[in-house]
Amino acid sequence: MKPTFQLPRRGFLAVLATAIALATGCKPSGESGGGAAGTGTIKIGEFASLTGTEAAFGQSSHKGTQLAIEEINQSGGLLGRKLEHLTEDNRSTAGESATIVKKFISREKVVAVLGEVASGRSLEAGPICQAAGIPMVSPSSTNPKVTEIGDHVFRVCFIDPFQGKLLADFAKRTLKARKVAILSDVSAPYSVGLADFFRQRFIAEGGEVVVEQKYASKDKDFRAQLTAIKAAAPDAIFVPGYYTEAGLIVAQARQLGLAVPLFGGDGWEAPELIQIAGEALQGTYYSTHYSPEAKSTEVRSFVKAFQARFNGETPDAMAALGYDSAMVLADAIKRAGSTDGSKVRDALAATKDFPCVTGKTTLDASRNATKAAVIITVKDGKFSYLETVEP
Amino acid sequence: MPPRSQLWLLAALALAGVVSAFSGRLDSYVLDVAMGVGINIVLAVSLNLINGFTGQFSLGHAGFMAVGAYTSAMLTTTLGTKLGGSPALLQWVLFPASLLLGGLLAALAGLAVGAPSLRLKGDYLAIVTLGFGEIIKVVLQNVDAVGGARGLIGVPAYTDLFWTFGAAAVTVYAVWGLLNSAYGRGFLAVADDEVAAEAMGLDTTRYKITAFVVGSFFAGVAGGLYAHLKGYLNPGGFDFNKSIEIVVMVILGGMGRHVGVIIAAVLLGVLSETLRSFGDYRMIIYSLLLIVLMLTRPQGLFIWPLWKKKST
Repeated sequence: MKPTFQLPRRGFLAVLATAIALATGCKPSGESGGGAAGTGTIKIGEFASLTGTEAAFGQSSHKGTQLAIEEINQSGGLLGRKLEHLTEDNRSTAGESATIVKKFISREKVVAVLGEVASGRSLEAGPICQAAGIPMVSPSSTNPKVTEIGDHVFRVCFIDPFQGKLLADFAKRTLKARKVAILSDVSAPYSVGLADFFRQRFIAEGGEVVVEQKYASKDKDFRAQLTAIKAAAPDAIFVPGYYTEAGLIVAQARQLGLAVPLFGGDGWEAPELIQIAGEALQGTYYSTHYSPEAKSTEVRSFVKAFQARFNGETPDAMAALGYDSAMVLADAIKRAGSTDGSKVRDALAATKDFPCVTGKTTLDASRNATKAAVIITVKDGKFSYLETVEP
Repeated sequence: MPPRSQLWLLAALALAGVVSAFSGRLDSYVLDVAMGVGINIVLAVSLNLINGFTGQFSLGHAGFMAVGAYTSAMLTTTLGTKLGGSPALLQWVLFPASLLLGGLLAALAGLAVGAPSLRLKGDYLAIVTLGFGEIIKVVLQNVDAVGGARGLIGVPAYTDLFWTFGAAAVTVYAVWGLLNSAYGRGFLAVADDEVAAEAMGLDTTRYKITAFVVGSFFAGVAGGLYAHLKGYLNPGGFDFNKSIEIVVMVILGGMGRHVGVIIAAVLLGVLSETLRSFGDYRMIIYSLLLIVLMLTRPQGLFIWPLWKKKST
């Protein structure tokens, strides 16, 4: 037993040695090039959920961003300099985004940060960018709190209050629903927020929320909640969650004989939804940022370029927003005529009617985008464009 | 306990202070990783007391970490603005107080979970602690006062190298000191043979609860440090995977070994960051490394001397 108890002294030594090694061995690097110096590449850091639970969104968004930066570089870059796109994966977990963004800012001296899809991760990275004076543009974090972090945090998507209001109007006008049931994901800030904003608007417009049920991400069985919903006999069911659970919910609702329409927000937007629920999706709707079937020139040229770059894959809304986030940022850097953080920030804040793939985008005083939304329905196992809703 | 151990503790604290004073020279990324490593050490060493030295199997360490993280973050965010005062004062008075309170509440949670379940033998504790970890996560997701599923925003960045490595040194000192006291030998007896220990007149349940409460206390402190390092808390960050991460550190380092577990905590903290250059293959390589390491050194990576089999 004796050797075991002599070890602790070495334990201290190990702690001390590590502390010393970290303190002396790792001097800041990458001070040359990049930054505001005016030479070398312009570095843009993207933190993304490339693996883990939100990987489908993260990968799509990443591809869009990648395409945008490649296009900018092909047409000569910005301010006579090429863009350098740095990407780091946060595994869809809490805690990693903060580390990554600190790395981007202190190591790589990025001009701006792009990300993220999930609001939880944007909320983690935002304060770090804000404190460092580096602008951050989120492609698709819809929780209102994200841009409330500070004046350096922007987003190119509409936010949950707008989407909730729009869905309430949609339920009332297009679905002609008077009694609605809500089935929300308590573990996702996105879902809870969207449910709140929907409820407020729907009740204000004279509708009635007859029953509210809850679930948590990664749940597989929703029959208990759906049975309770069935008992309340709603005209439609609002499922403001993500595609994995939404797909299962739709499939199980149809198995239980619930024939009323189900609808949700942009969290439904993923090809996996159809793989999960298939035929059961007939008569379901969701709101999103864009449809590849829209007729505008921006959408058509984007879809063409995306398909050429990624083996014929049709870009979804996350890809379009990832593309737009990089384009809006590039436009701001161009207008600022500088890579200085505060000048780029001011230029971002002044973004007005910029022709995005997801519609003409204006960044308002609270750094959120005001733009149109589209409603998608599922017909014969395919996503199909239903209508555009202006703000 | 030899009096020299106190000297070691003082030396470690002084060194942490000195290194911290010069931390302005480091970029914030290195600092973040270094502090993450310090927090890992606190977590791994405290879990080692439960899983390694006392031979219990807890899978709920992230849950106790969450209790400490939310407690201390709530204290500094609500009291910090009310008290006013200079940031330095808050960092040196309010922050340690919040860490302590976070630790105490985590210890209380440890007592509440441990007291009924540690009377059981075998694998039951693993299941009970696993359940506890999930309950904490789900409760936090549903309490609006702490931000719910959206997370707790705006936690001040008080954690620095001194606090993390100071806490790590205190944790190592406390666990080591406890084990080397006359009372503390009982932990090893419980781990070696619970029936024999009971036959010798040891109150084994009490020993197990003590280990559990002390371990939970330091997990709570680590949670407080984590909260004030990242500046943002999300209940999803304290899930089952986080607990497993800590268990892996303990197993990789060698259950019931001091140095090995510390090295494993450092190694795993640094490894996942250094593997970033592999891009998408990062976690595959990380997992493969763990499998290879466990196959080649099942007794733990850092058993001294390296070529000798575990003696106990």
